[in-house]
Amino acid sequence: MSEESDFYRFKGTKGYIVSRSLVEAVNCAIALERPLLVKGEPGTGKTLLAKHVAEGLGLEMESWHIKSTSKAMEGLYVYDTLQRLNDARFGEGNVGDIRSYIKMGPVGRVFSAPKRQLLLIDEVDKADLEFPNDILRELDEMRFTVMETSDEVVAKERPLVIITSNNEKELPDAFLRRCVFHFIEFPEPEMMRKIVDVHHPNVDTSLLDQVLIKFYWLRGQPDLRKKPSTSELIDWIAALLRSGISQDQLESHIPFLGSLLKNEQDTAALADFDERGGDMPSEWSDLGPRFNQ
Amino acid sequence: MFLDLFYGLRDEGVPVAVQEWQMFMTSLEKGLHDSNLMAFYNIAKATLIKSETYYDAFDRVFARVFQGVEGELNASDELSDWLSDPKNFEGLTEEQRKMIEELDADELMRRYLETLDEQDERHDGGGRWVGTGGHSPFGNGGEHPTGIRVGGESKNRSAMKVAEDRRFEEYRTDHTLDIRNVRVALKRLRHLTREGPGDELDLDETVDETCRNAGEIEFVYRSERRNNVRLLLLMDVGGTMEPYYEPVSRLLTALHEERGLRDFKAYYFHNCVYERLGTTADLYVKDAIPTGDILRRFDERWKVMFVGDAAMHPAELMNPRGNINPRFESESRGIDWLMRIRSHFNRSAWLNPDPASDWEYTRTTRVIGEIFPMFSLSLDGIQDAVTSLVGAKPSAPGITRH
Repeated sequence: MSEESDFYRFKGTKGYIVSRSLVEAVNCAIALERPLLVKGEPGTGKTLLAKHVAEGLGLEMESWHIKSTSKAMEGLYVYDTLQRLNDARFGEGNVGDIRSYIKMGPVGRVFSAPKRQLLLIDEVDKADLEFPNDILRELDEMRFTVMETSDEVVAKERPLVIITSNNEKELPDAFLRRCVFHFIEFPEPEMMRKIVDVHHPNVDTSLLDQVLIKFYWLRGQPDLRKKPSTSELIDWIAALLRSGISQDQLESHIPFLGSLLKNEQDTAALADFDERGGDMPSEWSDLGPRFNQ
Repeated sequence: MFLDLFYGLRDEGVPVAVQEWQMFMTSLEKGLHDSNLMAFYNIAKATLIKSETYYDAFDRVFARVFQGVEGELNASDELSDWLSDPKNFEGLTEEQRKMIEELDADELMRRYLETLDEQDERHDGGGRWVGTGGHSPFGNGGEHPTGIRVGGESKNRSAMKVAEDRRFEEYRTDHTLDIRNVRVALKRLRHLTREGPGDELDLDETVDETCRNAGEIEFVYRSERRNNVRLLLLMDVGGTMEPYYEPVSRLLTALHEERGLRDFKAYYFHNCVYERLGTTADLYVKDAIPTGDILRRFDERWKVMFVGDAAMHPAELMNPRGNINPRFESESRGIDWLMRIRSHFNRSAWLNPDPASDWEYTRTTRVIGEIFPMFSLSLDGIQDAVTSLVGAKPSAPGITRH
């Protein structure tokens, strides 16, 4: 292995716990110079991954947050007609120079950066069906042409591209074929402890046990429309710690439910369960064989 | 051994193509696996598998190929030895690389394209051979098992021969029905109108207005184009529809995900529509709503799409009390309800998962085919159904063949 590729090796950072397979997927993407496509439930830290990869490798990061109205073109550059017309009207600015009205988008900025950067394309599945195909060529060749000026923007240093998807839409085959893929699984309790430890060090072990039991129990409820995720767990623990709640109070009751369940029906369903005198588990063994420790 | 992994995955129906394989080989060349089984496994997974739904299949194949056993994946010493010896990798990688280089050549692609042209002339099927647009011939070529063989196992056969051999089954859009394809077909289900606030700059109008204004710039805005199609899906579930669960659920998934529609509602029935329709696929009586309500609630602008095989006992369609579902009694004839639906809505279409060649042999299918324009539940059929729902003229009812 060459030194250069060793230099660009991601090993995880202090603030972000990664599974080994994810580290290897990241390094694979770096070495192959392919985009890394990360899928997983919302709240499993897909976006955070990019931030920490950038930090771990010492790269600057540029994010492109995709919306349902996003067009591939916007990522490359935007030609601000409106501004130019306005300037023409009032005789301001440098109307004669079309280049001063061409604004680079995230992809354009990363390409024209003097140093290697990390480009995060966040939630690519939010956009139109054809969107991923539209950016294929640019990401493949790392170059594009500004149509208005025929200028070609070429990446000086091939950026590292991380793409996240919430699995809302199927992505085209041609797009998938070019990516290194990783699916972030929902962390097992063991892993979750480590993750919690990063965010809330020094949580009492038995309290954390109760918290996690409730959390995994809640996730196991088949009626829930939106299962609470890691990020919600972190928020919930923050709320619990701040209120100084005790372990006993947790045993038969879930306080601050609002930070875990974000859906009215879910909250109602749980209130129902409470009223019926439903039993909440307080031992790992109550959760079934998968959680026997 | 490595090729076993490749073909093993393909046998399991995992879409692995040469491009992915090449990626995997390159990463091995770069030594990313670190002579370590776990890393080797992770890298194979990251490069070859592009959807978590295939993770399970990958694990099974990996275990089988590298251990010779089904089931749990344990790193046996022998395997680790084999995997950790870099010499083994070098030898294999070279062979693989050669194979892939052969496949990769532009020459092959050119000849492959020529073959496609030839095929077009010789067979009358024309136009469909290349199939779904946007796929490069190379990528598609790689997708087919016999395509891979070009440089591999059967070295004596020319690429041309293989290309001819494969008959291009996989390109045929009338057979495959994957969700993405369906969604692309459904994208035509749109009727764009400009409604709502004007927030988009109309450049042409702006220029025109500015000229009219003697050079004084005048901005003209317009509202964005939005889809105005409302779709009502009425779906046959259970019984004879059981074998079609796969294609139908794909269509349904695609429809549910289709956010481009202005509105979308789905109701369910068994064999034929009677007084009540189920709001869920399990047709619980307590969740059912009167069909009359649906006619009242949805105006004629809704597009109705039926999905069903239209095959039933004639009495179920023609007789009062024809409903065979004991939970739903029916006073009136099924055919009357179908006629009411047909005349209430401006546009409707019926998608039939049965092969179109069988339709004329089933009496009820013939009758229903005269009420609704009927299309087969294939990609082509869906496209045609969509065209008949939003196209310029309502097509005359009748069975359309594909």
